[in-house]
Amino acid sequence: MIPRLELNNVSIAFDSTAVVRQVSLQLPEGDIGSLLGPSGCGKTTLLRAIAGFEQLQQGSIALHGKCVSSEQLMIAPEKRRVGMVFQDFALFPHLSVADNIAFGLNGQSSQQKRARIAELLKLVGLSELSNQHPHQLSGGQQQRVALARAMAPRPEILLLDEPFSALDPELRGQLATEVRLLLKQDGITAILVTHDQTEAFAMADQIGVMHQGALHQWDNSYNLYHHPATTFVADFIGRGTLLTIVVADKNSIDTPFGRLSGKLPPGSEPGGRLQLLLRPDDLHLTTKQDGIRAQIIERLFQGADYLYTLQLDSGDRFHCLAPSHQQHNKGDTVTLKLDIQDLVLFSDDGLAL
Amino acid sequence: MGILGIASLIALPVVVVASYGFQPAGEVWQHLANTVLTDYVSNSLILMAEVAIGTLLLGVSTAWLTTMCRFPGRRIFEWALLLPMAMPAYIIAYTYTGMFDVAGPIQSSLREWLNLQYGEYWFPDIRSLWGAGAMLSLTLYPYVYLLSRAAFLEQSVCVLEVSRSLGNGPWRTFFRVALPLARPAVVAGLSLALMETLADYGTVQYFGIATFTTGIFRTWFGMDDSAAAAQLSTALLVFVFTLVLLERWSRRKMRYHHSGQRHQSLPGFVLQRHQKFGAILICSCTLFFGFLLPAGQLAYWAVKTRYMINADFLQLTLNTISLAAGTALLALLLALLMGYGRRLSPDRFTISAVRVAGMGYAVPGTVIAVGVMLPFAWIDNSVDHWMQMQFGISTGLLLSGTLVALVSAYLVRFLAVSLQTVEAGLGKIKQTIDESARTLGATPGQVLGKIHLPMLKGSLLTAILLVFVDVMKELPATLVLRPFNFNTLAVRAFELASDERLMDSASAALTIVLAGILPVILLSRSIRNSRDKNDTPT
Repeated sequence: MIPRLELNNVSIAFDSTAVVRQVSLQLPEGDIGSLLGPSGCGKTTLLRAIAGFEQLQQGSIALHGKCVSSEQLMIAPEKRRVGMVFQDFALFPHLSVADNIAFGLNGQSSQQKRARIAELLKLVGLSELSNQHPHQLSGGQQQRVALARAMAPRPEILLLDEPFSALDPELRGQLATEVRLLLKQDGITAILVTHDQTEAFAMADQIGVMHQGALHQWDNSYNLYHHPATTFVADFIGRGTLLTIVVADKNSIDTPFGRLSGKLPPGSEPGGRLQLLLRPDDLHLTTKQDGIRAQIIERLFQGADYLYTLQLDSGDRFHCLAPSHQQHNKGDTVTLKLDIQDLVLFSDDGLAL
Repeated sequence: MGILGIASLIALPVVVVASYGFQPAGEVWQHLANTVLTDYVSNSLILMAEVAIGTLLLGVSTAWLTTMCRFPGRRIFEWALLLPMAMPAYIIAYTYTGMFDVAGPIQSSLREWLNLQYGEYWFPDIRSLWGAGAMLSLTLYPYVYLLSRAAFLEQSVCVLEVSRSLGNGPWRTFFRVALPLARPAVVAGLSLALMETLADYGTVQYFGIATFTTGIFRTWFGMDDSAAAAQLSTALLVFVFTLVLLERWSRRKMRYHHSGQRHQSLPGFVLQRHQKFGAILICSCTLFFGFLLPAGQLAYWAVKTRYMINADFLQLTLNTISLAAGTALLALLLALLMGYGRRLSPDRFTISAVRVAGMGYAVPGTVIAVGVMLPFAWIDNSVDHWMQMQFGISTGLLLSGTLVALVSAYLVRFLAVSLQTVEAGLGKIKQTIDESARTLGATPGQVLGKIHLPMLKGSLLTAILLVFVDVMKELPATLVLRPFNFNTLAVRAFELASDERLMDSASAALTIVLAGILPVILLSRSIRNSRDKNDTPT
């Protein structure tokens, strides 16, 4: 099947400064993708390139198999059939809610338009507000109008540029789930740009982690957390510590905790120095006497859990998550048990083995 | 391309005038330099010093009082103190002359009351250098008032409260914190007032003071030496551009003097009884002498003479309105073209072209008149000469004696006004609004028609109104460039006043003042709105 969106080796530069470097990805029809990364990583630029606001320096973008952007070609934004929801919503202040939604409905009879507006208003739950003006709405309502407006002309793809960042943090999580449901109901293909991983996890089927213009990994959320492709992804997604280890033999490594056995990825030569990813949930506190002993340096109450920062005699520090009903104080020495499913190892260049 | 064309047309008069500055000085110039040039320079400098002191005293004190202190009538003074802006300096000059002259009501009643004859007592002569300074200060202080008030309003209350908590009283806080913070704004306001002072022709001509503007007129008409007039204009432009640089520089500094993002409601010092009295006295005196007294006098004269009800006056009003409306619409069209062009392609050329087009406001009307007249006359002569040679037909004056010349001069001077308004309006429309419309299938043209124009309605009306009123008030360029037998209200008021028919000039003057009140209302409304929006937490 032809993917709804296909990026092929896309590079974008502003005045010879590379902003996006050789990004390739595919998004199947009906899927929700997300571009995730810290600010300045090029994710918004990439989204604007898909919309037709940025010129490509290299590569190509195809919507439903039809090339819309390349080095030579640049189809105007109004001819691409993309819907876009902006960070500041950008509702037209002089038009009512209904007229905002109707803006993109060209060449339809007024009856068809009315039906589509009513359908969308019902979908986003704002049927009573169709005659209001944007300034009379709350932030969350404006957000939903912006979404309905972008969805109205049934675009090939919906682009969402940090659509929740202007809203209160409490509202964000709730809306992200709601919006996902709405898009799935209508079978809309969409791409969300965000710097907030919980938002990306709540919304997206496929997530791309970007850093300094490069796409590090395009994958689902489980794989991003458990099988990060680079040390940047390992560090950016969730909490983790990278410990330096030495490969002992084909099936074991020497770590600050002692020797660990497990299935080593191919390419790990005995004697080689590598980096091991340790997640806070790879360790458990035990009451048994035998085990790894470490001292509590810091602890952070998180409700259900405590996040402990621990230090080994060797000086290596790492995190450990433990239920909050078993309390340990700063300075205590505790015993730990390791429970690592897969050994995630990185070579010196930051790439997973 | 079009934008560059407009910009170069706007810059043409200044370039023409400046080009004469580099030519060898003629005989007349030598004569001028030996005789009157030092007078022009010293009179202009003294006048500027007087206006600087006057506008600073009036503008800063009233701005501080209405912004920071609480006293009865403050809400009214807030906007009423802008009213003198509606009063062109030359009109206030006629009025005060009429009142304080030897034959005027004040001196007559003094003589009667004290039983004195003319010459037996001393009375300040209003038609003097200091009188001109007073007239200009009374009408130009709103520039300082407006900008320093905006600066005071923007000051974070916290900064002032910190100063109070560190043991500074309200007065010390004003001089050590508030005023230094507002200084760039005050300087910007002052440089605008001084530019207007240099541009003034009506007042100094009427009071018989030799300055650059009157000198340019004398050289042009009296000595018929256009080159020397252009050279005088260049000298004046040097003064003006110093002020422009000063204004630009202080506006840049203003950014660093922002002391807070969020507005809190201002503290509002509650004044003691005698302080309240003082505050009301300062504000009401400024308002009385700057607007109420002269406007009242004009109204009295206008009613008394009934000069308003005749065919001549109707014709004048019709001329003025059609000229002002035509110019305003044309200026709006050009401003939209430039503002929109800059939004679509914000490259370096376009941006500097738009900036050049916005410089005209600084150039005195007299200089623009000279700068328009010289090239237009040259074109007329060349065309006429060529046609005579080729076909034996004399085309006469095609441009220089016509409304084309006049409207071009107005555009040079006032395009900046509408450009500024249009750009401010466009600037408020976020780029994402355009992009939303584009992704929803609108072409750039449709974005202009369906999104920008409806959203800009207010700004466009403001731009039209501001240029309309500025054209109504403009005197020197109109005097030079108007077609034969074509008069406007400003010109007629000036002519009548110059013929000592002060009372007859009142109705024309009053009409100009009344029209001038419209932008003042707009201005105070927009200030209040922005303040209200900032006051309510979002």
